[in-house]
Amino acid sequence: MLAYYLDLALRSLKRNKVLTALMVLAIAVGIGASMTTLTVVHVLSGDPLPGRSAHIFFPQVDPTPASWGRASHPLEMMDERSALDLWSAHRADRQALIVQSPVKVSAPGVDHAPLMLSMQSTTSDFFPMFDVPFAYGAPWTSADDQGRARVAVISADLNDRLFDGGDSVGKTIRIRGSDVRIVGVLKPWRPSPMFYDPEGSVDGNMTSKGNYGRPEDVFMPFSASLEVNDGHFFQYTCWGQPTSPGHLEHSPCLWVALWVELDSPSKVAAYRAFLGDYARQQKAMGRFAQTDTRMLDLMQWLRFEQVVPSDVTLQMWLAFAFLAICLFNTVGLLLAKFLRRSGEIGVRRALGASRREIFTQCLIEAGLIGFIGGAGGWLLSLLGLWLVRRQQAPYADLVHMDVAMFVVTFALSIAVSLLAGALPAMRASRITPALQLKTL
Amino acid sequence: MQIRPILAALRRHKLATFLIAMEIALACAVLCNACSMISHRLSAMNINSGVDEASLGEIVVTGFDPALTNDLNARMLAGLRAIPGVESVHVVNSVPFGPQGFVAGTTFDQAGKHDAVVTDFYLGGPGTPKALGLKLIAGHFPAAADYQPVPAKNYFPKSSRIVITQALATKLWPGENPLGKQLWGGPYQFRVMGVVASLAVSQYTQYGARGAEWCAFVPVQPGGPLAGTYLIRANPAVLNRVMVEARAAVRKIAPDAVLDYHSSHTVSFLRERFFKTDRAMTGLLVGVIVALLGVTALGIVGLASFWVAQRRKQIGIRRAVGATCGDILRYFLTENFLVVSFGVVLGMAAALLINLMLMKLFEVDRMPLYYLPIGAVALWLLGQLAVLGPALRAARVPPVVATRSV
Repeated sequence: MLAYYLDLALRSLKRNKVLTALMVLAIAVGIGASMTTLTVVHVLSGDPLPGRSAHIFFPQVDPTPASWGRASHPLEMMDERSALDLWSAHRADRQALIVQSPVKVSAPGVDHAPLMLSMQSTTSDFFPMFDVPFAYGAPWTSADDQGRARVAVISADLNDRLFDGGDSVGKTIRIRGSDVRIVGVLKPWRPSPMFYDPEGSVDGNMTSKGNYGRPEDVFMPFSASLEVNDGHFFQYTCWGQPTSPGHLEHSPCLWVALWVELDSPSKVAAYRAFLGDYARQQKAMGRFAQTDTRMLDLMQWLRFEQVVPSDVTLQMWLAFAFLAICLFNTVGLLLAKFLRRSGEIGVRRALGASRREIFTQCLIEAGLIGFIGGAGGWLLSLLGLWLVRRQQAPYADLVHMDVAMFVVTFALSIAVSLLAGALPAMRASRITPALQLKTL
Repeated sequence: MQIRPILAALRRHKLATFLIAMEIALACAVLCNACSMISHRLSAMNINSGVDEASLGEIVVTGFDPALTNDLNARMLAGLRAIPGVESVHVVNSVPFGPQGFVAGTTFDQAGKHDAVVTDFYLGGPGTPKALGLKLIAGHFPAAADYQPVPAKNYFPKSSRIVITQALATKLWPGENPLGKQLWGGPYQFRVMGVVASLAVSQYTQYGARGAEWCAFVPVQPGGPLAGTYLIRANPAVLNRVMVEARAAVRKIAPDAVLDYHSSHTVSFLRERFFKTDRAMTGLLVGVIVALLGVTALGIVGLASFWVAQRRKQIGIRRAVGATCGDILRYFLTENFLVVSFGVVLGMAAALLINLMLMKLFEVDRMPLYYLPIGAVALWLLGQLAVLGPALRAARVPPVVATRSV
């Protein structure tokens, strides 16, 4: 029976080529537009650490003093003292400090002009905590963190540029005039979004690339990097002037962030309590004016920070409004199409077809239109994504349609067409055979 | 034209009428909001930078030794000035659409009790305001003596005479003469000596604590913290060549520094790149509007054709009893007008609702109300055009149809 209905549907589609084309076109354009934007949102709002993100937390305290009467909530970064206090308490399974700064990098004995790159000052747990893949070597140790060791981990890209991609562990790079030994080289690593930096990733000149840029090229132990790159740090905000620009150790500024890993709900609860105790203790000491704290997990934090650019979300809603218009349009056209065949339907009813059968037949025809429209929509969204990739947005190279989105394209398209077809099909199945037969 | 019989007929086709009206309503809502967003982006993209964009370029170097900035500036100034076609070179901290310049909160008093506004500070060596092409409208440009050295580990001279924009003057001292007025940025004191017509902030944001032109120019001597960014002025006809040569020259002039290729461009290029995503979004919005109107028109054509086909016999009878072609044509045009009007009324309400929602969720600006009647007229015209074809076909139905049985 299904095969017969499909055959009937195909015949019917062929009979009214212009009307069919209009409907297929409307669905294809609507699906194409919505799937393009939906795919971009899907890619941009993905989980950068699948399976682990629920254990990664971003603790925040409010270290602003009473004299600085702003900020009623914890800001994105902390002052150095709070961050170091929390970090060195070792109350979490893993913990990493985060500070970005621009560095000038060259390699002795390598014929390459010096590069301005972005450096991540962090602590040894950063690498296992964020699943950072190594090609050669390994992270530095926690002893290196304490001992202000002049060691670095470099990106695959920098390793390609300076050492032609070979195993450069043990080699030396020059960072702002200091010799630093390479202990590890990363595999190509492109977390999306760039979740761990609260201000979004930046390039070597500290121009923000938003939340979809690339990770830094150089990673150094927090303590050692303060010496190597002294005078080149950027404050998030300050409640007083730093003694000299770019030198932020012991400054009245917020410029350090902290991430922690907590593997069980009880540890999460304990850490929250610890954070609250710390804030109250600091307030009692007169250092903090507020005791506000916040600790979101990674995905909550990304939502809180609204990492998906609002332009992209806006485009998505625009596309869905457009799809809705296409839907109304298709309902109207299907209505016209089915009711035009009132005579034929009347005859089939008179010959014994039930209302249910007429309804099914009409829906199958609508579904077929949806399927063809979906195929067109899929092609249009591939075109749309190609156009998105040609934009110079920092996320452009990330945008591809995966299997899930491919399935969603057809599912959405057929769902939309069935939805559009339901009402006209119902109308068609209510046609009274007698009335139609009389006029013939 | 009698409207009552049309309404009566429409009542018999409630569903189809409702569908077209809903389509029109949604189209009207999206159309008005999209147009409003386009116009806001266009006006943002047309922001007046206040400088001679066509004659200016910027060379930025980084990675030099902060202790040797005087030496670097001297070499860069001499080296860049030697390039044929260069009219002048000045040390600055930023240019409009260039890298983020110096932004700081300011206060009206030294104690910092009375907040003024978040201000963009441009710093530059002697002659910079003229080289930028700023237009003075009150007071003076800084004289040679006003350019003071900035002590190392400081941001500004302790006290300086500054030039501000008209926009900043109006914001800070509405209705007053801004000349001689004082402003504080932490421990640094500023006194207004001149007002320029306009000057845009370095990194314009549509939404935020800073106005597009809340800027001040602070005259300073190059050296100390002011080094590494150079404003090149050249005849627009040769500027592109000059910039290519300037970028190439940096390696020879200052091998100890790293050229910031991303920032070293003409101001026109920087502006173009700055608004790239806005331009893409505008293009997309225009595309959506065109597709939307197209789909809506096709929907009207499709349904109207169906109605005409359905009512051939009725039309024939009306023609047989004396209705002219014009009567039939007017009937369908009026019918479409009524349906579209119904949709437009719904659409206006939806447009306002959507706008309120967008304002809340996406910081979109309030839609000016005059967009509503414009959108309505556009959809009426579209509706009339779309229905014209089927209506003309209806008008051509011969009266003899009335006598046939089918």
